Amino acid sequence: MQKFANPTLFLNLANAVLPYLIAITAVLFTLGLYGALVTSPADYQQGETVRIMYVHVPASWIGMFAYGFMAFFSAVALIFRHPLADAAAKTAAPIGAVFCFLALATGSIWGKPMWGTWWVWDARLTSMFILMLLYLGYIAVWQAIEEPFLAAAIARIVALVGSIILPIIKFSVDWWNTLHQPASVFKMGGPAIETRMLAALLTMALAYTALFLTLHLISMRTEIAKRKLRQSRLFEIRGN
Amino acid sequence: MTRKQTRLSLILAALSLLGLAVGLVLFAMRDSIVFFYTPSEMVEKHLGPTTRVRLGGLVETGSLIKLPGGLVTFSVTDMTKSMKVSYQGLLPDLFREGQGVVAEGNVAGDGSFLADSVLAKHDEKYMPREIVEKLKAQGKWKG
Repeated sequence: MQKFANPTLFLNLANAVLPYLIAITAVLFTLGLYGALVTSPADYQQGETVRIMYVHVPASWIGMFAYGFMAFFSAVALIFRHPLADAAAKTAAPIGAVFCFLALATGSIWGKPMWGTWWVWDARLTSMFILMLLYLGYIAVWQAIEEPFLAAAIARIVALVGSIILPIIKFSVDWWNTLHQPASVFKMGGPAIETRMLAALLTMALAYTALFLTLHLISMRTEIAKRKLRQSRLFEIRGN
Repeated sequence: MTRKQTRLSLILAALSLLGLAVGLVLFAMRDSIVFFYTPSEMVEKHLGPTTRVRLGGLVETGSLIKLPGGLVTFSVTDMTKSMKVSYQGLLPDLFREGQGVVAEGNVAGDGSFLADSVLAKHDEKYMPREIVEKLKAQGKWKG
């Protein structure tokens, strides 16, 4: 782990892995979308509208996963002082925010025909909305504070404190009654979802995960390049 | 303890305290976080006709009556108590007997519920129609 603290080693590894990761993402999306749009059946209640699930559910999962990822790397930065951990957390935020927004938007589009409303303030929807605000707050910390060490120190705390929302989102449908239905996949007694639908959903979830990792790796490369640029500029100023 | 271990335990302690605090707040606010009340809770609360509330439960089988002029009446049940709902307007596509529903409005003087909006709630089961029909034929369907 400490070995990859060296940005050059990390970049070499990232550059080697990236082409494969892009290929895996493309293959998984092809398989997943084929499953979602062709092989999986229509639902007995929702009909064809159920296909929104294949873009909505994985977007929510990755929206939550990315925040957990940020919190994890913020803790690594705090505990081990690993030089790349802050960069890993920082670059995950905008990507996670997009997945979170996608979950809110597709959920709204799904809610209108099924529930009869675009939006309600029930516990699940509200807690997911708070996650979106946490992402924006975290990104704002990095944008607002110019001194990178100070920004990193505050951002770590925001990420760790905000991670409390993750179990609240997950269990919101069990703790309170909501308009949103309870969990279908990760629940006691196994999934309440037909095999072909579950297969398509899980493939889409893997595809979203691969997409997240791809985007994150590209973003990490950019972040390291930015740091190098900053370093060399500082060097120039001092040199004069 | 090394310094790393100290930092790790500090973070864990801070997060558990924060989790506890948030948990207590949410527990104290549980009555307002719920999206709707069930018919039994509605009876316990003795709400007046001026309070806007949401009533949730299953549409009782055989209770749906569509009157001329777009007026609908049905009963919402939580399997213990049920409450009569009257509503004027269009019902969502998923609305049917035996299905989950959330109605917003107020309790009338006679203990029935006057709704001005009705939302359909769907369950966590995702299944194609053929399988549901097969399960129903075998008598294994738990709707």
